[in-house]
Amino acid sequence: MAEQLVALQVKDADNVATIFADDVIPGTVIAILDPSGTQTPLTVRDAIPYGHKVAVRPIAVGELIIKYGEEIGVATHDIAAGAYVHVHNLDSMRGRGDLERMTQEGVQDA
Amino acid sequence: MPSFMGFRRPDGRFGARNLVAIIPSVTCANDVAQAISRQVQGTVAYLHHQGCCQLPPDLERVTDTLISLGRGPNVGAVLIVSLGCEGTDHARMYEELRATGKPVEIIHIQELGGVTKAIREGTDIARRLAISISGLQREEADIAHLVMAIKCGASDTTSGVASNCVIGAVSDRLVDLGATVVFGETTEFIGGEHLLARRAVTKEVGQQIYDIVDAMETRAKSIGCDMRRGQPTPGNIAGGLSSIEEKSLGAIAKSGTRPIQGVLDYPDFITDQKGLWIKDTPGREPEILTGMAATGAQLMCFSTGLGAPQGFPSMPVIKICGNPHTYARMEEDMDINAGLVITGEKSIDEVADEVFAKLLRVLGGEMTKNEAIGYFSAIDIHCLGPVI
Repeated sequence: MAEQLVALQVKDADNVATIFADDVIPGTVIAILDPSGTQTPLTVRDAIPYGHKVAVRPIAVGELIIKYGEEIGVATHDIAAGAYVHVHNLDSMRGRGDLERMTQEGVQDA
Repeated sequence: MPSFMGFRRPDGRFGARNLVAIIPSVTCANDVAQAISRQVQGTVAYLHHQGCCQLPPDLERVTDTLISLGRGPNVGAVLIVSLGCEGTDHARMYEELRATGKPVEIIHIQELGGVTKAIREGTDIARRLAISISGLQREEADIAHLVMAIKCGASDTTSGVASNCVIGAVSDRLVDLGATVVFGETTEFIGGEHLLARRAVTKEVGQQIYDIVDAMETRAKSIGCDMRRGQPTPGNIAGGLSSIEEKSLGAIAKSGTRPIQGVLDYPDFITDQKGLWIKDTPGREPEILTGMAATGAQLMCFSTGLGAPQGFPSMPVIKICGNPHTYARMEEDMDINAGLVITGEKSIDEVADEVFAKLLRVLGGEMTKNEAIGYFSAIDIHCLGPVI
């Protein structure tokens, strides 16, 4: 298996990529791979777990976050290229069923 | 234009396999169908669990699905095994399948005087059917004759971005070449139905997408379950999924990006429809694989991360594994290593090339790994109402 630290950007329109590497910390340089195999280096700004997302370009507050060429949510803060993108700075536009359930029932498992 | 070598059927379709289908019209005929199939080379039996003590809409659904399975281009001849008192319409099955121009026979267990006599008679008929179609030669067929089914199962973090995107790229190519692609798993559209609906060719088709999701959620609610609440789960969030849209899109990614032409009901057989279609199916393997084979699909591309090994008796299933560790562990069951995408060794487009080449070879007769070991007996028909 390649030793390379990679993140996969599956559509050209995407502004996030999914990291497939362990131990990614601030300053780690990863290769962003696009569907045709082109690799672009990116310096990561946060600790990001395996399978989680990194911004591949700056995303302004209120801007759509795009993955699979479609919107997966909206940015709740300005996000720099290389920053971690997850529930702390991305809001679903279809509601958070998990939070509604916790509020209504006081449960956290599902 | 790519082509494949297939078996020409009387209706102008081309099969990737040339099988005698032994179709029990009801679950009570399974043992007879299985005994016949074990004895006669070149036959497959659809051992489902439906066909009696069900409400009329479900009985019609089972009858229609079994007819659609018999119409499939991978089937060259049919033997229906009826008990005699079942709730399905075995006479309609026989008539509609005869109308396809294929050799079709039927036996009734009660009329023949029991199980052993039915096995004896059925084995003799199946033997003759198998010999009668066995000399058929393959002919060159344009790729536009392909109906490809797609599905994902036993998914993990890799599935959405690796194997599903690979299948999406293959799907786009096939649609552009004039072929037909069908995807399902209505449950997985929850949260992404608006994104699918805007890919629909008309407003009506878009509305149908909302309707099938709503009907599925309503069925779940009727037994007290809200499928939308609790999504995404804490496990999803720990794994990196940030929203229900992202979760849904990961599954939808395998359909590619082309417009959605329409929505098929579960028992529907596709006629001259081309392009990308949705079939209203659940995600569980026995039911979706049966539903997709009933569409008339010659093969299925199946994406997995944790390693789902199931197949279908008359529809070869190509397993495309997005997780390189799973591929290494389960190479005997996995046909394509899409995990090379996330190790950076191959691009999505390169693995899509590999799948496309494999797909043409499988259409022409090459066995998938699942087919070679014959791991495909767990099949079933998706019904909606209670068993009574």
